[in-house]
Amino acid sequence: MSSLDVSSVNPAPAPRFARLFVVTGTSGRYPPLLTAVLLLPLLLLLFFSFLYPVGRMLVGSLFDPGFTLDNYLRMFNEPLYLKVLLRTLWIAFATTVGAFVLGYPVAFAMARAGSRLTLLIAACVLIPLWTSVLVRSYAWIVLLQRKGVLNDILVGTGIVEQPLKLIYTEGAVIVAMTHVMLPFMVLPIYAALRTIPKELPQAAANLGAGTFTTFARIILPLSLPGVFAGALMTFILALGFYVTPALLGGPQTLMMATLIGQQTTIMLDWPFAGALATVLLVVTLVLTFMFRRVLATSRGFANV
Amino acid sequence: MSETIALSQTRPSRPHVLGKLAAGAVIGLILFFLILPTLIVIPISFNSAPYIEFPPSGLTLKWYSEFFSDPDWMAAMLFSLRIAFFTTISATIIGTLAAIALVRGDLPGKSLVLGLALSPLIVPHIIMAIALYLFFAPLRLTGNFFGFLLAHTMLTIPYVVIAVSASLQRFDPVLEMAALNCGANRGRAFFEIVLPHITPGVVTGAVFAFVSSFDEATVAFFISGIEGKTITRKLFEDIDFNLTPVIAVVSTIIVAISIILMGAIRLAQNRTSTSQLGETAGAIQL
Repeated sequence: MSSLDVSSVNPAPAPRFARLFVVTGTSGRYPPLLTAVLLLPLLLLLFFSFLYPVGRMLVGSLFDPGFTLDNYLRMFNEPLYLKVLLRTLWIAFATTVGAFVLGYPVAFAMARAGSRLTLLIAACVLIPLWTSVLVRSYAWIVLLQRKGVLNDILVGTGIVEQPLKLIYTEGAVIVAMTHVMLPFMVLPIYAALRTIPKELPQAAANLGAGTFTTFARIILPLSLPGVFAGALMTFILALGFYVTPALLGGPQTLMMATLIGQQTTIMLDWPFAGALATVLLVVTLVLTFMFRRVLATSRGFANV
Repeated sequence: MSETIALSQTRPSRPHVLGKLAAGAVIGLILFFLILPTLIVIPISFNSAPYIEFPPSGLTLKWYSEFFSDPDWMAAMLFSLRIAFFTTISATIIGTLAAIALVRGDLPGKSLVLGLALSPLIVPHIIMAIALYLFFAPLRLTGNFFGFLLAHTMLTIPYVVIAVSASLQRFDPVLEMAALNCGANRGRAFFEIVLPHITPGVVTGAVFAFVSSFDEATVAFFISGIEGKTITRKLFEDIDFNLTPVIAVVSTIIVAISIILMGAIRLAQNRTSTSQLGETAGAIQL
């Protein structure tokens, strides 16, 4: 009898199993158990391909076989490795500045131009982004090597007598990395610029502001979130970049990533490679967590 | 024209036009800087000289026939295509299920899972490469198809999660509830109602997964073996030791595959929804 009373108010209670999987709340949300089941393949994948290997590497860098911090202290005690660390920060910084200086005008033009021109500029930004980093680094070798395209032009026009040593230098790494990272800078700035209402610069102009004042006091400040997102993204990606420094850099331009690779495959010092990788990972994660709000607005991801 | 006139009322016209020209020239140079190193491999791959030369002095398909008749290059190409194909399937299925759970489900710690799933976009690939190498090497899994499948599925899953999440956020859950109320079970409601609505996102994610697996170089460099070698690993080795025009051919093919697939998806996206990009961005909360 009483069960009838209940069912007149609520629908008949579903069996426990069905309630966990089938019944959806009024908002159309999936119940926790169904959510967990759907996430299970992802969690298994992430465990075996990411968490476990990285964890093993971390443990390997700390035990030899007893607990030791030697691999970490070595990084800061030996001047060579400290130099690599500082050089990595410097190259990442220079790449970020280069990408900003070249990227801002492109983003600005893309936001301002008519639809057809915007499409053309977008193609110039997206095509490199879609192209393998390996191929683009090879292209820079073609351009910069001793008998490369740039030296051909320089010698052919008589600007220099002898071919210049362009490749395997820090400059080559910075230029090529700036090229690789440029789309990551342009896209968030473009996204920020596009959200600025058209009326704002018009209002500034009406109030007597010149082109420069309007830019410096209206457009630039309002586009700063995009600039921060792009700069941060570029800096973080540049810190751990492997392919370009490995191909275009020489022994004088060893960076963190190339040093890690060298320690793993040539020196076979796996604990030390693990320690270097852990430091790089921690730096990346700290930067990401500190600035995750900034990064969330980075629309660069959407186009990767 | 009218724009110039309107502006010339407030500012003297000649400096303005000159400034515009200068700005246009600067932008043009930067765009040239962006596009030249991307596309220069194409003319070089057709050049008849056996060394790198630009502009090409003569045209030939010699290097293409050399590439297609080289068993090592063909083996690497097929290995890469096989990995990319199966990576696409596994990343699309696992990523779609996860995106549904992340957008529609209730579970404590959900944002942590999302952060973890997207982390391959931020964590340097060299770290994954070393960690996987140290994991696979003792198990003799380097150069192994399943090792690559595991690694590349993890590396490409963020794209699927992002693209499918964006599609799901545009899908009205009421439609699914209506199907369930009408007596459909979860599976039927998914395949007949939810999936058709999120297909654009699933396809976008799948194409991104394919291209990024095929192009991936850092992890592939470390977990390749003497037998199982991806095209990017072989390219990497040959750039270092054996710089022939065949490399330009391989580069051109890789560029062509990426640009054709990504361009197609981009065009399809523009046709279905212009706001896709903005919403894809909204789906990201690292």
